Amino acid sequence: MGERIATRDAYGNALLKLAEINPNVVVLDADLSKSTKTTAFSKKYPERFFQMGIAEADMMATAGGLATAGKIPFASTFAIFATGRAYDQVRNTIGYSALNVKIAATHAGITVGDDGGSHQSIEDIALMRVIPGMTILNPADAAETEKLVLAAAEHEGPVYIRLGREPMPVVFGEDYKPEIGKAVRLREGNGATIIATGIMVERALIAADILNQKGITVRVVNVHTIKPLDAAEVIKAAWDTGAIVTAEEHSIIGGLGSAVAEVVVQNRPVPMEFIGIKDRFGQSGKPSELLTEYGMDPEHIVAAVEKVIGRKNS
Amino acid sequence: MLNQEQLHELTERARQMRGHIIRMLTAAKSGHPGGSLSSVELLAYLYFHKMNIDPSNPKMPDRDRFVLSKGHAAPVLYAALAERGFFDKSLLGSLRKFKSIIQGHPDMKKTPGVDISSGSLGQGLSVGNGMALAAKLDKKNYRVYVLMGDGELEEGQVWEAAMTSVHYKLDNLTAFVDYNHLQIDGSIEEVKSLYDVPGRFRAFGWHVIEIDGHSFEALDKAVAEAEATKGRPTMVIMNTCKGKGCSFMENQAGWHGMAPKPEEAAAALKELGFDA
Ligand SMILES: Cc1ncc(C[n+]2csc(CCOP(=O)(O)OP(=O)(O)O)c2C)c(N)n1
Ligand SMILES: [Mg+2]
Repeated sequence: MGERIATRDAYGNALLKLAEINPNVVVLDADLSKSTKTTAFSKKYPERFFQMGIAEADMMATAGGLATAGKIPFASTFAIFATGRAYDQVRNTIGYSALNVKIAATHAGITVGDDGGSHQSIEDIALMRVIPGMTILNPADAAETEKLVLAAAEHEGPVYIRLGREPMPVVFGEDYKPEIGKAVRLREGNGATIIATGIMVERALIAADILNQKGITVRVVNVHTIKPLDAAEVIKAAWDTGAIVTAEEHSIIGGLGSAVAEVVVQNRPVPMEFIGIKDRFGQSGKPSELLTEYGMDPEHIVAAVEKVIGRKNS
Repeated sequence: MLNQEQLHELTERARQMRGHIIRMLTAAKSGHPGGSLSSVELLAYLYFHKMNIDPSNPKMPDRDRFVLSKGHAAPVLYAALAERGFFDKSLLGSLRKFKSIIQGHPDMKKTPGVDISSGSLGQGLSVGNGMALAAKLDKKNYRVYVLMGDGELEEGQVWEAAMTSVHYKLDNLTAFVDYNHLQIDGSIEEVKSLYDVPGRFRAFGWHVIEIDGHSFEALDKAVAEAEATKGRPTMVIMNTCKGKGCSFMENQAGWHGMAPKPEEAAAALKELGFDA
């Protein structure tokens, strides 16, 4: 696990591969191509790249128009603007018509760091989840990003792909094959299940190791597809381990934790704990400082697991 | 140039479409007559003279596209589509009803011939740009027509999109403003003055044409001029009358979003030369 790559870089690389495979793929950006990593694509395929300027609403609806004519547009900007500034365009033009647009949103979550709370999207998953038919992908590392970006292009319909700014450890190997809609079990255990997404997957694995040393085994499940959620895997976790901790770099309101809880309470109610941002805005700081401040370190996951096991046994 | 026969045909189609609009809104008991009636001539011209479309193959890849950015004027689009044969005219009576294929605002998933869903104002020019960009990329020569309201121009996204059309030299796109001077809360001048509409678009780099939006000859000339204009998009500013053809609705902001009662509909239909 030595190498660290940002998922936004993996996205940029994946676009170059996609361009070769699928001539219908086009890319749009809103004056952030250096940050969203669409620059390489724009240089190599200038006629398939549309610079839209600082106009996110226009970009999303233009992507919709391109999709009606058979193109597969990847529209990129920061998560905060893709889902906030252009919400109505994503909802009413792309979502309502189920257009084949891929929204590749980078700089999601608090690990944006220095730029501070105005740029740290903690609500994008929640906003996308309530749009009927929207698929939401939140890859855990560079390897998973590349595979899921390729899969998104094959998937008919709107897809939101959540990407990060910060270089993060690579968790998965070359032979790893994620499938849209299928959660991936990474560890076995019976004390509880940690259901994690995005950068929290690696942290969940570290927490599992710490717990192991304490004599507690946990199941770890990677949910790269938040919608449609792999409900069968969630229900199985509830039956098999009797307690669940969710972990996401997002508000605990409306994100992965909420999605899991909705399934759990309707099928097999078990105690749950939520790791994520607890109804606060972000702020400036180093990603590591912020992850600690917002209670998202492996140690916090460990404590949550111990707490949830306590509730299970009480 | 339109010949007498074509003019006669378009005039009759427009009359039929106005009849459909009045009847469907009356049956629905809600909806938007004013802005539907002010756009009738444009849609009659596009759907019965100009656009390369095939009612038996509504998704024909090389068809011309129409974007009703002012989606609340859905009745005029449904009237044109039904009159042109995209679906049976008897379905017009189901406007806004549960399970109807003609929803309160255009829904491309439900209605054959609708090229894009709309209803949230300000987005259609962007969508049209996307279609026009795709045409250029695929080296196809279909054309894209976008209709916006004048009140709609208050939406900021329209101006983002207006920059995009010019930046990408989208001469395969022709946009229209239904300049009827009314929105919901009153006149454009009262609600939020647009100052100089043609001047604004000229300043953004558009080729601008101002016409009488109820004249087929003027529409025909403007669309031909737009087609001959290379390297930039054309904006046709259509001076229109909101509620046109129904005297008690004409130039009345109150008839923006209110359906006529049966006795009002009867008067309107009589005025249009229908028996019932
Ligand atoms: C984004 C958005 N805001 C508000 C509305 C509600 N609305 C529907 S029609 C309308 C007025 C439109 O006026 P105009 O564009 O002049 O249309 P027309 O006169 O041609 O009917 C408004 C505010 C809407 N549909 N979309
Ligand atoms: Mg108006």
